Amino acid sequence: MASVTLSAVSKIYHGGVEAVRGVSFEVPDGSFCVLVGPSGCGKSTLLRMIAGLETITGGTVRIGERVVNDIEPADRDIAMVFQNYALYPHMSVYDNMAYGLRNRGTPKAEIEARVAEAARILAIEPFLDRRPRQLSGGQRQRVAMGRAIVRKPQVFLFDEPLSNLDAKLRVQMRVEIKRLQRSLGVTSVYVTHDQVEAMTLSDVLVVMNAGQVEQIGRPIDLYRKPATRFVAGFLGSPAMNFLPGTVVDARTVSIGGGTLRVAPGTGTAGPGTTVEVGIRPEDLRIAAPGEGLRVAVEFIEELGATQLVHGRLGDAPLTIQVATGEAPSGDAFEIAASPEALHLFDPATTARL
Amino acid sequence: MVERKGALARILPHLVLLTGVAIVAFPVYLALIGATHESSVIANGQMPLTPGGAALDSYYRAIVIGPSRTTREPVGTMLLNSFTMAMLIAVGKIAISLLSAFAVVYFRFPFRKAAFWMIFITLMLPVEVRIYPTYKVAADLGLLDTMAGLTLPLIASATATLLFRQFFMTVPDELVEASKIDGAGPMKFFFDTLLPLSRTNMAALFVILFIYGWNQYLWPLLITTRDDMQTIVIGIKKMIVTSDAITEWQIVMATAVLAMLPPVLIVIVMQKLFVRGLVETEK
Ligand SMILES: Nc1ncnc2c1ncn2[C@@H]1O[C@H](COP(=O)(O)OP(=O)(O)OP(=O)(O)O)[C@@H](O)[C@H]1O
Ligand SMILES: [Mg+2]
Repeated sequence: MASVTLSAVSKIYHGGVEAVRGVSFEVPDGSFCVLVGPSGCGKSTLLRMIAGLETITGGTVRIGERVVNDIEPADRDIAMVFQNYALYPHMSVYDNMAYGLRNRGTPKAEIEARVAEAARILAIEPFLDRRPRQLSGGQRQRVAMGRAIVRKPQVFLFDEPLSNLDAKLRVQMRVEIKRLQRSLGVTSVYVTHDQVEAMTLSDVLVVMNAGQVEQIGRPIDLYRKPATRFVAGFLGSPAMNFLPGTVVDARTVSIGGGTLRVAPGTGTAGPGTTVEVGIRPEDLRIAAPGEGLRVAVEFIEELGATQLVHGRLGDAPLTIQVATGEAPSGDAFEIAASPEALHLFDPATTARL
Repeated sequence: MVERKGALARILPHLVLLTGVAIVAFPVYLALIGATHESSVIANGQMPLTPGGAALDSYYRAIVIGPSRTTREPVGTMLLNSFTMAMLIAVGKIAISLLSAFAVVYFRFPFRKAAFWMIFITLMLPVEVRIYPTYKVAADLGLLDTMAGLTLPLIASATATLLFRQFFMTVPDELVEASKIDGAGPMKFFFDTLLPLSRTNMAALFVILFIYGWNQYLWPLLITTRDDMQTIVIGIKKMIVTSDAITEWQIVMATAVLAMLPPVLIVIVMQKLFVRGLVETEK
């Protein structure tokens, strides 16, 4: 196995599109790294540079100790799972998995053993003689995974491998990928724009925006302490609320006429500074009349176990997630949040205070 | 659409189609019938619509002996010549255009656009247009009366190149990338993935090109002078004498029927692949 190290990697496409700008991070040996970000932020480009499918404009990519900038994809000891699976349509499932090994001159008996094992792990043994078109989407996905597994690579690369599956299968395959990666212990880099996948799969989460890394860390740390307003808004569903506020003192901010307490240790600014206050919908609770901030109800969404109350605090839109049955019946109510739930951001730099 | 129609509306399309079939099929029928009569019958100005009794004799003479006065080669040789020529043209055209389409689609080389447009422009220059310079080149290269001279100038094919180019562009990029990761170089990708995927397209094109080659007239007429290099299409033309001799129509007819057989056979053999190649969209 091997770690993957990126140092100041950048990519400028023909025509001058700057898709990736100076990205540096390390994926430790055996860990699962997820690259997440909005469409067009350069996730795929970054992954394809690791794979060797895209030339690297600047910086270096290392797999293990080896700088792979000028090494052919086949010689990088990686395996890739594509969004559209990219199975060879004219080959049987068996041949799809065996093809790469044959090209490397692996002995026949060894190929057979490896394919058989991968097929067993992925439960695709009954389909080995079929063509990809005779398989369902989920089965194709497994074959694509199988093709990656049989190579016993140093690194797995995934580019939105689940986005063509329906919601239920997606959850199922997500769990399977995680389990597989755990048991094989292969360093993995996984691209997605789905933040649930990102949170659940990753050991190391990299949030990207506009070709740059916004924040890197354990997913729960990014969730609890987002470094920028972008990360705060991107992770978590429903998305975090942002309210304009003014610092009163080190422990208090005023929002829409009321005030909220800020936990000690939360960075803050001098009194009178305007800040952006981020509060997750699930961190808001309903307060007794006269004790919180007044919110006008617009409508309520039922999610089954929970309800989403959409309303307005002053002019700012606001979403509150409460357990079913707790939503207030009137057209206005008051909310409160514990001091730990408040995230303050500098409106100018969008950085966390 | 399901509609109730009057009797006339239902019969009319059939009538139109049947008329079309009759127009196409009647000459073929005449040829079949003509080949079964004695030479004197047609020479006397009759064109019977019912079979006569000389079929075996006509075909025997056409295949083995050849007409008594005009062409000296029996049909067998001419059929073989035509077959070789059509085969070489079809296979050669497919091979060349596969490779050039592969180059144009998958490689970035200097003047790639220019190369593509030059291929495209040759579409507007069929053999008939460039026949004099082509003849000159073939003659200078000593290709007159050779199979190479007969086929080479007809092999360069813009149409097939464009067709394969269109097809290759529909092959997902991810397949190329998967091949790269699987350690397949460009030619290995070409043979292992692109060729198998193009199978039905190749079959469809083969049928069309074989018939194109088989029907060549002008070029073989120019380039071949020896009798043993003659193709069947030219042979038929030469059997029809316009001057004093009597045309042996029954043999001309038999030869024409024989000349139809190989293309028909090719179509029948390749039919399944051919139809799939024309209609298939699934990759
Ligand atoms: N071959 C290319 N030539 C020029 N620009 C490109 C090319 N491929 C991608 N880009 C540009 O680079 C930027 C990043 O693209 P990339 O495919 O990495 O985005 P992404 O984060 O994977 O997005 P998505 O989630 O939609 O897949 C985009 O602005 C895109 O338009
Ligand atoms: Mg992408």
